[in-house]
Amino acid sequence: MKPAWGLVTLRAMRFKGTESYLTSESLRSAVDCAVALQRPLLVKGEPGTGKTLLAEAIAAALGLKLLTWNVKSTTKAQDGLYVYDAVQRLHDSRFNDKDVRDIRAYIRMGPLGESFAATERRVLLIDEIDKADLEFPNDLLHEIDRMRFRVIETDEEVVAKQRPVVVITSNNEKDLPDAFLRRCVFHFIEFPERDLMQRIVHVHHPELADHMVDQALGVFYELRAFSRLRKRPSTSELIDWLAALKSAGISSVKLDDQLPFIGALLKREQDLMAFADQFGGKMPKRA
Amino acid sequence: MFIPFLYELRSRKVPVGATEAVALGQALVQGLHDSSLEGFYFVSRALLVHDEKHLDAFDQAFAKHFQGIESSSMEITQQLLEWVRDAKQPDRRLTPEEKALLEQLDLETLQKLFEQRMREQKERHDRGNTWIGTAGTSPFGNTGKAAREGVKVGDAAGMKSAVQKAGERAYKEYRDDLVLDVRQMQLALRKLRAFAREGAHDELDLDKTISETARNLGELEVVTRPPRKSNTRVILLMDVGGSMDPFAHLVSRLFTAAKKATHFRELRTYYFHNCVYGRLYKQANFREPITLPQLFAETDRRYKLVVVGDALMAPWELMSVSGWSDDEGLEGLVHLMRLREHFPASAWLNPEPPSSWWQTTVDVIRKVFPMYPLTLEGLGDAVGSITKAR
Repeated sequence: MKPAWGLVTLRAMRFKGTESYLTSESLRSAVDCAVALQRPLLVKGEPGTGKTLLAEAIAAALGLKLLTWNVKSTTKAQDGLYVYDAVQRLHDSRFNDKDVRDIRAYIRMGPLGESFAATERRVLLIDEIDKADLEFPNDLLHEIDRMRFRVIETDEEVVAKQRPVVVITSNNEKDLPDAFLRRCVFHFIEFPERDLMQRIVHVHHPELADHMVDQALGVFYELRAFSRLRKRPSTSELIDWLAALKSAGISSVKLDDQLPFIGALLKREQDLMAFADQFGGKMPKRA
Repeated sequence: MFIPFLYELRSRKVPVGATEAVALGQALVQGLHDSSLEGFYFVSRALLVHDEKHLDAFDQAFAKHFQGIESSSMEITQQLLEWVRDAKQPDRRLTPEEKALLEQLDLETLQKLFEQRMREQKERHDRGNTWIGTAGTSPFGNTGKAAREGVKVGDAAGMKSAVQKAGERAYKEYRDDLVLDVRQMQLALRKLRAFAREGAHDELDLDKTISETARNLGELEVVTRPPRKSNTRVILLMDVGGSMDPFAHLVSRLFTAAKKATHFRELRTYYFHNCVYGRLYKQANFREPITLPQLFAETDRRYKLVVVGDALMAPWELMSVSGWSDDEGLEGLVHLMRLREHFPASAWLNPEPPSSWWQTTVDVIRKVFPMYPLTLEGLGDAVGSITKAR
């Protein structure tokens, strides 16, 4: 039943994060497990905690090329393997200007198919798998397990030459089926604590003064702790906000109704109103 | 060695099986855990847990299962000896009696006692006088008020040990039997949706196009169909005021979640106070009334009804006629039964825990509507029972 996991070719490959992507020990450990056991890594976490960036960081750290498969609500499992463009072939056949006898010309590989067919190992990111239909992960079980599939039209089998490192992200919009979960290495990205956040900010805005970062983080965590918010600001919003502050040349912030660029942190009408209500004054100006 | 741990996890409802055991075995063979308990914690967590709602149970199981191993490890013993060696002279505020008490425990006894208690202690412990923990008067632990110097545990700067980390239970808020937040509610509500093809034909039906074209001897014949759209209509009925006030925040979250759920074709929200009589209100401050017959005329049995309320009221409210003209001379309970009859796909969500559902009115209403607690699990069950109703 289990795929041959045999050769420990990737044993020496240990993930350490990259210069711009800081990791925790538990995340490194999960990545190492996924790479060594050749199982897909399923990453969950609050929006804005860097799930998608993780795949880029893994690709950069291991020196592999990244393929991205952005899943949408209409995406089908088949799209990831290959697409047979029947309509194009029909069209071409009407005008007789192309050789339509070769069916291979009308079969295009999807991201998963491409990563199997590639001669070098790839990192494959299946982004936001929960966006697709409930059956989507189940339809991919066999292909991800065996790393092979059959093209029905040509009766050829595509077998992975080098098993890709598969990273799957989920925003938790749907529960994933148990059978699928069992085959994955799971990691839940926690919201970064203050000292890790400080390092993350430093990576993105190294030139910001320490006292400024300190104040901004103070405001940020206080806002996150504010229980009336419908959507709490996340890492990416903090980074954007700091960029806005920096470009406006603001050098000190404190949590009151005059907080500059509040619109970069709070994105909902009700949240802005709750904020204005809590910290006095009128509706804050939108940034 | 880790097999009993898997059973410990299973007993805590973390679904692990042979697949996970084999994977963990492979990881250990490849040395991914760096031969440390710390590494084992991360590796086993990545492989055995598949959902953040199980992280807390995993931490508890890990803390319980590996407590003893940690205490006998070399590292801890080393730290322990250092701490004991560094123990300062007792504070001068100690009375002579306390000093005498302190002197009963020499270094060796203290260390033996410590290891013994580490072995006996099953879980994290705060406040007390025997176990190792925090804020207690035991000679072992941290931030305690013991009248003597003891063994301070877990205050060392730097890395926390795996068992300590597990003991912190940082993932408690992701458990699914706890009360919910907006996003989680949205996910639960999402399961209510159902799709149907309706409306204008503006989507290309590829399969039919191909087969029609083939039938047409290769002359292109395009076939279209209506797109697949959500066909779910939901009515949310909320009890406000009085005994529901403590849950206002929770109910408003549910409201937000339902509003944000764009996958409903129609969402109607109405309010009532304590019990539904002849009418409901469109506003929470009891404005814009709508009578039940009016509502029944506008909606049909395809609508799914979710009632949120604590079902707590004076018994007479349920059994009496309000006297309003809309009432048609019927008791509150009869109105509830009419609602249930009109909307077979319905459920009652109660923010009060099930342990308090023995009260008369709750018990009566439970016989009319299937009742579920307003937790993630309860909401999931309610949605499940609604979607099954035909």
